[in-house]
Amino acid sequence: MSSDAKKVLTSPIVDNNPIALQVLGICSALAVTSSMANAIVMSLAVILVTAFSNLFISMIRNFIPSSVRIIVQMAIIASLVIVVDQVLKAFSYQLSKELSVFVGLIITNCIVMGRAEAFAMKEKPVVSFLDGIGNGLGYGAILVTVAFFRELFGFGTLFGIEILPLIQNDGWYQANGLLVLPFSSFFIIGLIIWAIRQWKPEQVEKD
Amino acid sequence: MSNSKETFGKTVGFVFIVCVVCAILVSFSAVQLKPLQVANKLLDQQTKILEASKLLEASGKDPKSIVATFNKYVEAKMIDLASGEFIEGNPVLFDERRNARDSEKSEKLENDPAGINRQSHDAVVYLVHDDAGVVKTIVLPIVGSGLWDLMYGYVGLEADLNTIRSVVYSDHKETPGLGAEVMNPKWKALWPGKKVYNEAGEPVVKLVKGGAKADDIHGVDALSGATLTSNGVTRTLQFWFSEQGYGPFIAKYRAANSNGGMK
Repeated sequence: MSSDAKKVLTSPIVDNNPIALQVLGICSALAVTSSMANAIVMSLAVILVTAFSNLFISMIRNFIPSSVRIIVQMAIIASLVIVVDQVLKAFSYQLSKELSVFVGLIITNCIVMGRAEAFAMKEKPVVSFLDGIGNGLGYGAILVTVAFFRELFGFGTLFGIEILPLIQNDGWYQANGLLVLPFSSFFIIGLIIWAIRQWKPEQVEKD
Repeated sequence: MSNSKETFGKTVGFVFIVCVVCAILVSFSAVQLKPLQVANKLLDQQTKILEASKLLEASGKDPKSIVATFNKYVEAKMIDLASGEFIEGNPVLFDERRNARDSEKSEKLENDPAGINRQSHDAVVYLVHDDAGVVKTIVLPIVGSGLWDLMYGYVGLEADLNTIRSVVYSDHKETPGLGAEVMNPKWKALWPGKKVYNEAGEPVVKLVKGGAKADDIHGVDALSGATLTSNGVTRTLQFWFSEQGYGPFIAKYRAANSNGGMK
């Protein structure tokens, strides 16, 4: 159990990363990575939703009629997302003002649904829960990496703390306007995929 | 997932149970967390009003101290925009955004330079006292279109209702690094001391592309790279300080004040 569990938990971080290898969940990875704080809160939200949706779906997997299984999964995922959104509004109002649209869109994040359908419908609850955490971590790892570069070079800050003083604040650093815009994440994610595949050539697709 | 379980009745029953459980979960969290969410929203608003009246440094960022400072110095009052008179009403329950969607409490503007479409009949103004109870700052909520969406904010005026103390935006969706620089403390620091009205009493305060001249008492530097946001800010301010906005209130308030009729 222990080595299996560890593998389930850690393999999605690099070996089977939902963004870098499976190329799922790109939409929100573009939208919320303009600052580290946003990326981390969004990652936590996705980890929670994926883990608990996997847990609950796995618990009732033997009772779900296969004809309506997608709708049942959606109902559970949507409920969890609403709960996460409510908690965020209650405990972190500033972040929820920036993130609330994207938190709502976790419902449509392919990672959550993908893990529910591909993993939780077949496996036991505990291991499904770990799989959910692992995939959330894999998603979060990419998000935080992208946000690191975007916030540092786009705004000259990390977590809102000034690292590179901007020219408009009497410093020397000319902010990179491209990195402020969401689509710049495409370039960074592309570079991350390239770096991972240099390191682990077995991920390269055969022609 | 064996097929033996798949009868119509069982499927419907199962879906029903899942729906009930999910509904309970969602409603329970919504109801339980409501008081915290309302408190957060109010705190956010009070923080912005204190910032607009330059009391935030004194109170600090601690929620308790913000609420205490707000309750001690700030008096919220409802006004009727067309007449400029104070009216009865609960300013805490007043929601400009909800009123602006209600056809009985708002009207569609024919002349709509700020791009707000519908304007609420009523508004809330915040009278900020000092320790002696003298009104030092009047904070007026403003709203107007930026580049992407409506921008909500507050203008703090000194007691002459002409000199700006601050312009503070609370809610906007402008481009990060460009239009979103309305939140930059450096830009906000350009506002204090600027005058809204010229000698003829027209609202002429504006953002100046390429930078305002040092002796320009009505102009503030526009945001570089954000012409449309800057135009939006100018139109929003000029709209709200015109006869369509707080003009009648400002005239009434000044008249009452010069007679010593109002505290």
